Amino acid sequence: MTTVLFGEAETSIPDAVVIRGDLWLPAADLARVTGWELKPEGLCRDDTCVPVPPDRAGEIVRNDRVNLSAFARLLSLPAVCSTTGDAWAFSAEPALQEPGSESDRAPDFALPDLDGRVHRLSDYRGTKIFLVSWASW
Amino acid sequence: MIAVAFDTRGAEDARPWIEAARPTYPCLIDRLHTVATLYGMVNVPNAVWIDEAGRIVRPAEPAGATDAFRRMDRATLRLPPDAAAEARAARQAYLDAVRDWVRQGPRSRYVLPPKRVRARLAGEDADATLAALHFRLGVWLWEHGQDSEAQGHFREAQRLSPRDWRYRRQVWHLEEPGKAGGPEFWAAVDALGDRPYYPPLDL
Repeated sequence: MTTVLFGEAETSIPDAVVIRGDLWLPAADLARVTGWELKPEGLCRDDTCVPVPPDRAGEIVRNDRVNLSAFARLLSLPAVCSTTGDAWAFSAEPALQEPGSESDRAPDFALPDLDGRVHRLSDYRGTKIFLVSWASW
Repeated sequence: MIAVAFDTRGAEDARPWIEAARPTYPCLIDRLHTVATLYGMVNVPNAVWIDEAGRIVRPAEPAGATDAFRRMDRATLRLPPDAAAEARAARQAYLDAVRDWVRQGPRSRYVLPPKRVRARLAGEDADATLAALHFRLGVWLWEHGQDSEAQGHFREAQRLSPRDWRYRRQVWHLEEPGKAGGPEFWAAVDALGDRPYYPPLDL
């Protein structure tokens, strides 16, 4: 069983294999693991599509399987894995922004309170937010 | 106000503190330190000010905390009077700034213009993202009983983000209660020399 941590999502995939250090999984699993889909236009998520260069197509998709490591390289998503290859973590967002493109928009997030109720930052749009961190340590 | 606990053990560790505070505002549990990574918070307490339109008007900075604590008597855990006064004054100055912003909104002199906000945000690097990824994987491995592999990833997170105190103190806390404030912590603080633990607040 292979666990893929993609952003904050966690999925278990029984049919994943590691070939020459790259993680391959059934193409049908790509959407549920990453939120991205392979369409004729390329790799798509919501309104965004990233074309797959023809010379890299075979690297990413072969025989109904997707090379998730190659997919991540195409989208500039950093990845790390455990030594056994049983657990992989991928960043859901590219690591480096274009210099000068930093935004002052507060990124949204969703976290639970003690009762397990999920709060999104965007739930509070329209009021000033003093967002403060703390820890029991 | 939204309080976020960077506590990997989640409610188990955070609950007693939240219940004692009896808060009137949301107290959220951030086991994976997601908000820390999103907002560049490298320690606690760090705070970000966000206006009604969802724009950051003060990026992550210590929320009134200073290095005065370094003058604490480590046996008695007490601050000498001058350090205690300094800590109180810094906290007061910060809270006064927050109140000023609440009252005056965009006219508050503590609100930073977008250009200065972006300048403070610039410099977020690929290493920080990779560090967060190693921490993420380390947490999963630790939760699944693979302690020594988890430690390898925690150490890598620390190596990639040496100024991020969360990766050290959270991991110490997972290893042993109290370790995050124990001899290893003080040794790491002393190793800073003249460098700050909390960057001085630039109000």
